[in-house]
Amino acid sequence: MFGFSRSQSIAFVLMVVLIVVSPFVLYPVFLMRVLCTALFASAFNLMLGYVGLLSFGHAAFFGMGSYVTAWTMKFWHVDASIAIIFGGATGAAFGLVLGYLAIRRSGIYFAMITLALAQMVYFFCLEAPFTGGEDGIQQVPRGYLFGFIDLSNDMTMYWVVAAVFVGGFLMIHRIIHSPFGQVLKGIRENEPRATSLGYRTDDYKLIAFVLSCMLSGVAGGTKALVFGIATLTDVHYSTSGEVVLTTLLGGLGTVFGPAMGALVVTSMENYLAQAGAWVTVIQGAIFMLCVLAFRRGIIGEIGAFFRLAL
Amino acid sequence: MIMIFGIPGPLLFGQLLLGLINGAFYAMLSLGLAVIFGMLNIINFAHGALFMMGAFAAWMLLNYVGIGYFPALILAPLIVGIFGVILEKTIISRLYKLDHLYGLLLTFGLSLVIEGLFRNAYGSSGLPYRIPDVLQGATDLGFMFMPNYRGWVVLAALVVCLSTWAIIEKTSLGATLRAATENAPLVAAFGVNVPRMVTLTYGAGVALAAFAGVLAAPIYSVNPNMGSNFINTVFAVVVIGGMGSIMGSIVTGFGLGVVEGLTKVFYPQASATVVFVVMVIVLLARPRGLFGKAA
Amino acid sequence: MTISRRSMLTAAAMLPALAPLRPARAQSPVIKIGVLNDLSGPYMNTGGPTSVICVKQAVEEFASANGLTVEVLSADHQNKPDLAVSITRQWFDRDGVDVLMDVPTSSVALAVQSVVKEKNKIFLAVGPATVALTTSQCSPNMITWVYDTYMLAKSTGGAMVKAGGDSWYFLTADYAFGKQLQSDTTGFVKAAGGKVLGSAAYPFPGTTDFSSFLVQAQSSGAKVLGLANAGGDTVNSIKQANEFGVNKSMKIAALLMFINDVHALGLDVAKGLVLTESFYWDLNDGTRSFTNKIRPKSPNNWPNMIHAGCYSATLHYLKVAHAMGAAEAKKSGVDTVNRMKQMPVEDECFGKTTIREDGRHLVPAYLFQVKTPAESKGPWDYYKLQVTTPADEAALPLAEGHCAFIKA
Repeated sequence: MFGFSRSQSIAFVLMVVLIVVSPFVLYPVFLMRVLCTALFASAFNLMLGYVGLLSFGHAAFFGMGSYVTAWTMKFWHVDASIAIIFGGATGAAFGLVLGYLAIRRSGIYFAMITLALAQMVYFFCLEAPFTGGEDGIQQVPRGYLFGFIDLSNDMTMYWVVAAVFVGGFLMIHRIIHSPFGQVLKGIRENEPRATSLGYRTDDYKLIAFVLSCMLSGVAGGTKALVFGIATLTDVHYSTSGEVVLTTLLGGLGTVFGPAMGALVVTSMENYLAQAGAWVTVIQGAIFMLCVLAFRRGIIGEIGAFFRLAL
Repeated sequence: MIMIFGIPGPLLFGQLLLGLINGAFYAMLSLGLAVIFGMLNIINFAHGALFMMGAFAAWMLLNYVGIGYFPALILAPLIVGIFGVILEKTIISRLYKLDHLYGLLLTFGLSLVIEGLFRNAYGSSGLPYRIPDVLQGATDLGFMFMPNYRGWVVLAALVVCLSTWAIIEKTSLGATLRAATENAPLVAAFGVNVPRMVTLTYGAGVALAAFAGVLAAPIYSVNPNMGSNFINTVFAVVVIGGMGSIMGSIVTGFGLGVVEGLTKVFYPQASATVVFVVMVIVLLARPRGLFGKAA
Repeated sequence: MTISRRSMLTAAAMLPALAPLRPARAQSPVIKIGVLNDLSGPYMNTGGPTSVICVKQAVEEFASANGLTVEVLSADHQNKPDLAVSITRQWFDRDGVDVLMDVPTSSVALAVQSVVKEKNKIFLAVGPATVALTTSQCSPNMITWVYDTYMLAKSTGGAMVKAGGDSWYFLTADYAFGKQLQSDTTGFVKAAGGKVLGSAAYPFPGTTDFSSFLVQAQSSGAKVLGLANAGGDTVNSIKQANEFGVNKSMKIAALLMFINDVHALGLDVAKGLVLTESFYWDLNDGTRSFTNKIRPKSPNNWPNMIHAGCYSATLHYLKVAHAMGAAEAKKSGVDTVNRMKQMPVEDECFGKTTIREDGRHLVPAYLFQVKTPAESKGPWDYYKLQVTTPADEAALPLAEGHCAFIKA
């Protein structure tokens, strides 16, 4: 089911168990942050791990999703589910526009163009009145889900976020293991050959990009709901860098890598908040270490050790 | 007073000149990036951090060793260039066999480490660096007061950029470099030590960034964030100019500085975005960049 | 085997994240103060580690001598509202923190104050500038301690106008703080019969080159250049203003500037500048004594009004906690803050002062002028006092603030 191999199914069950058990042991708000980051990283991994395109501007989609969800919750008083859907739709819309411009190039150029386009989105957010500039959109109510589930309770919110994450996770996995996903893999392996077989590779890449951006928007929207705030940090290039780090550390192109990466990176940020400037240094050092010696990432290394694909 | 489009002439010319100065920095930085990319096929994300190191090197030379501005113009690029050579030999060379994207990621991580370390050591307030006495003061050009130092910056940048271009395009050393970019094994077969050339090229690109840093030190406070403020715009410049062309980087750099300066006159809030807007237009009309070679 | 190894590895990875959910409860109640500020960015020197040192100084002086157990936590909010909200929630929910201290950067302060209100804790807002904290966003759980945009506008702006600066051009950081500062100052300029000839708003953060805006300012013909910005931006704008000779044709009003910024600029660039702070280390015996205590712990960064404010606020809070008893003080933020407002404040830094009902600690505003290098006789000897605005006049009148929880 969903194309999981046996070991992956076991790992998936384990992950679900952890998700169910952990809020009773750890601080739920921290866990919700981990889950939002994990969804964002999984969406990002769709592009990098499976299509082979490094987008250095994914924060634009995450952040715009965050802003739109925050705005619709605060000013239009919609249902939480509608707000998150709006967030996802915003991510997809931006993904379509930015993707259309960037897909023409690949490799490093793609990375640089996405970075520059995301910068433009950042500056737009800086100026546009609706984003609240440096203040951001604050005091966003958690509201109700489907009209009757009160989300202001942390535990209730946690289950909703967990459901969103697992749903998104399964959706990504389904995409990868569909015929569409096979074509994407083919494009990553050898694009000219795929073109020669008659596939319009740019269209496939764009669709994958839009899907990835949509889920990033959902992740951003959920995050805005949990913390009640949407700020410029969500669209800043350091957030883009962070999601790359998360995915790289967890394991590029693995199923569970992004989630593991999210756990490690969020924990690290949490516990290093006291150390001030060292957070940046350590993040950079981890980046470098991963690229030089640890390219498979945590899950990748575990998988290689057991000769499993995780 | 002449009025052009409702803006006083003096103001307009003043802004154009200022835009040229900004453009000088864009040109030097994108030139360094282009040189490194040409030889190593690596996007040196650490370029901003190395630019910052150049400024800090000049500051340290002044405050710890007592060496002033003009010697620092030569020493700082040398010092940072050597650091770049060490970096290349120990870390960056390991990436050549890998996908180009890893180079981007590695240098991104490197920039975080360098900036974080300097921020730890020196804080973010910024350290003062005095304009050298001989370049102090301003000249009355009739339409504006131009600080002499800024004029010097444009001049120095032009000289350095054009010399670099001349070396690469017009000398035999440059020809060898260009040949090695296209076909390294063949050039090596001719007895040229290609790895050493690669290392020195990286060092040279880094030195260019550091030179720009020394030029920038008296204008902006010497602070660890000065690199990241520039680097994102420089990337856009590079995309617009097209990565393959040296002259393209120079022309685009100066040109975009001027465009930015003009935007500041007519619509200041957009001055940060205008470079990216230009990039979008160029991407739609001519994806390989204004001067780039076909992808 | 796969499963058990995997779960072991995952559990090991999660170990660092493990922390008990129950709030800390010691035998005798431990008072916890959380200092949240910018430890690594542009406001590192004007707040940062030195603020933490000052808080700890107050704790050292008062706590054990009076039977209080106090713990000081610190974290870096990196000027990010969402990170600050996250840290604040965790501190309150998980770590049992009672008082949130400092929090510079107005947007961050605005974000966390609603969390403080929600959890009924205490916010001693020493760092942020926006006057909104005692007006539209006022809260019974919060006290602003050393300054706000109104005070800066009245003191620096007012003084400039009195000295003949009746036409202004603003260079403004295009975000809430800059705009607020510009609008407050404009109010004073106009009230004194002056006019604003124009303004330039620049993208914040990230702008390091102000030359084009300065050229515009020069061509406007205004007598005063008002800098509605802070930190690195102020330092850069002043340096560049010097370069372009703007300081020869216009007077520069640095609407928010600290002694640490003067130190960063150097006296030959900063000389003659006029600015407002509510504390200066060399003002009187009390401030000197305080500074001598802090100097050995922070030799490269001498205390400014924010640092002194952290010390003063901590000391006052501890005095009140001692009077109420630690357990009572921890129960309700609103009640403890009310007690703090009732008890008069007295310390070395600010002398005898009071706290107003809307949460504004009333301190005098001192207008300083930066000395020339020749006038400076020792390290950090930077200021000469020009005008003192008494405490009750330096703050926005209560009636004009329309603070929601004050009954008229």
